[in-house]
Amino acid sequence: MFAVAAAAILVALALAIARAILGPTIFDRVLAGNTVGTLAIMLLAVFGFLTGRPEFLDIGLTYGLLNLIGTLAVLKFFRHGDLAHRADTERGS
Amino acid sequence: MTFALDLASWVCILLGSFFVVVGAVGLVRMPEVFTRMHAASVIDTLGVGFLVLGMALQAGLSLITLKLLFLLALFVFTGPVVTHALAQACLQDGIAPMLDADRRADRAAAEQTEGRRS
Amino acid sequence: MRYVSLTAFLYLFWLVLSGHYTPMLVVAGLVCSVLCLLAAIRMRTADEEGHPIELFRGAITYLPWLAVEIGKSAWAVTKIILHPRLPISPTMTVVTATQRTTVGRATYANSITLTPGTITVAADGDKLTVHALVTEGALDLEAGGMDRRVSRFEGSA
Repeated sequence: MFAVAAAAILVALALAIARAILGPTIFDRVLAGNTVGTLAIMLLAVFGFLTGRPEFLDIGLTYGLLNLIGTLAVLKFFRHGDLAHRADTERGS
Repeated sequence: MTFALDLASWVCILLGSFFVVVGAVGLVRMPEVFTRMHAASVIDTLGVGFLVLGMALQAGLSLITLKLLFLLALFVFTGPVVTHALAQACLQDGIAPMLDADRRADRAAAEQTEGRRS
Repeated sequence: MRYVSLTAFLYLFWLVLSGHYTPMLVVAGLVCSVLCLLAAIRMRTADEEGHPIELFRGAITYLPWLAVEIGKSAWAVTKIILHPRLPISPTMTVVTATQRTTVGRATYANSITLTPGTITVAADGDKLTVHALVTEGALDLEAGGMDRRVSRFEGSA
């Protein structure tokens, strides 16, 4: 049963990567990258169950935290050109 | 009893797989970036939710289930942050969403005539 | 009370992730939780915004309700994605958040974003700009059912 889930996630990964390659704007690619991260976490969890080694879940949790930081950092970089702008110059947030 | 649990977890995992694939298909099919975000949020909510639920049912009451629930909570709390940041960054970059109807101006006018009755 | 609760949560997180219960690691976890609490106090994130313990009681009924809403709207989005003609009608609208506190408004905005089919694009005071995949989603939000539910959740504090 976990093999079905793993196969579905792999198919979804392929589609997300296709969007990352096609994506006309940078934001499509960021969105696809974030989705790839989400799917990778689920793949780690499912793979852990598939091989009977649930330690993979810890890696998944770490990846989940890094995925958030990574996506936000990339977005901030493309918006401001650097990562160290002052918070009070932010508009409309 | 174990058979019923197994069956429930299989159903959850199958549903989760289905929603993951549907979200990815939507990611490819949707015409522009804002509508693609809606498709991606199907993966983030129902896809991940059902997969985690199914795996938690398989693991039973153990540390693994708690870890899975942490993973789910992580997605529930960080998903909207990323989506919101992405949408805002798109608007700030001057990407206009493709719209059928823009109800912003209408709503503002309606609220002015209506006053603040709420 | 808030600090105790935050420390308990951090300690629980440590225990769950560690999985080893030797005396050394258990004590080390407690020390690390207290250190994190001190860091959070110094960063001023251990307040009613960073760790809203008042809302935990309301969350017991709010989160299941939100899960059902997410399920319903995700199913609607799924049908749209699988529909051969892709019947989308993207709509922008402005909804007014009636919550008193910033935590309540943030909960509302995040709940909107979390339900597939609607995204909070911008938040300015109590005005939330929302992008909806189909016009019905925007109309539902304008009707204010979710807004009232979040207000009730906030009022339960």
